[in-house]
Amino acid sequence: MPVDPSLVGREFPAPAPLTVTPERVGAFASAVGHPGQDVPPTFPIVLAFDAMQAFLDAEQIDLHRIVHGEQRFAYARPLVPGDELSATLTVTGLRQIGGADIIATTSEITDATGAVVCTGKATLVHSSATEAAR
Amino acid sequence: MNPGDTLEPKSFTVTRADLVAYADASGDHNPIHQDEEVARSVGLPGVIAHGMYTLALVGRAVAEWTGGAEVVDLGAKFTSPVVVPAEGGAEVVVGGTVKSVADGLATLALEVTCEGRKVLGMPKAVVRA
Repeated sequence: MPVDPSLVGREFPAPAPLTVTPERVGAFASAVGHPGQDVPPTFPIVLAFDAMQAFLDAEQIDLHRIVHGEQRFAYARPLVPGDELSATLTVTGLRQIGGADIIATTSEITDATGAVVCTGKATLVHSSATEAAR
Repeated sequence: MNPGDTLEPKSFTVTRADLVAYADASGDHNPIHQDEEVARSVGLPGVIAHGMYTLALVGRAVAEWTGGAEVVDLGAKFTSPVVVPAEGGAEVVVGGTVKSVADGLATLALEVTCEGRKVLGMPKAVVRA
């Protein structure tokens, strides 16, 4: 079933803030082999993913029918341990190509003061048909 | 870093165990990254790496090249899947050049391949030089 076109412009917050703890960062850095003590630049995906999952749950879209098409991050400053991050995803565009929905989203990631620390732009490819091979 | 500098290619092996560890650390438990049957059911050639895992390898290569420079922009299109076999692993190679240096920022033009095939479209990183 195609995704509802009236979704464009709607916002989906991540259900809870994420505190950037050394443990959480260490587990992420270790999983991707990131060197040094800095927070890996792709770490904000943890929270952007929560916001995306809130969107998928609200629209009853199965995660396994989603393939990540594009991701770009712009950082206002580096993330540091102690940051308490919140995320809100906005659906910014929707189009159909060959039975797949191409969903454009922007996730704004803010710290406890409300300042934007990172903006993530993602394209999600939703295949509703089983023959939508890539 | 100077414009035109070549960034020494970095090679990373991605295994199914890496994808399990990444799913736990990132919270992305999409079964297309774990389960062959589910992956094939949605038209994929097999279990594929999280696009964000491949992009994290780009972040890792950038950190290694620059000694941990501050990243200002990072992104790519996931144009071709990194298929990860049940045994052994997939080899992802991240290379590139310094495209420009201006206003204290270095833009890196990257090339990310798996088995000789480009897997990321327009991968780009901008770091504070």
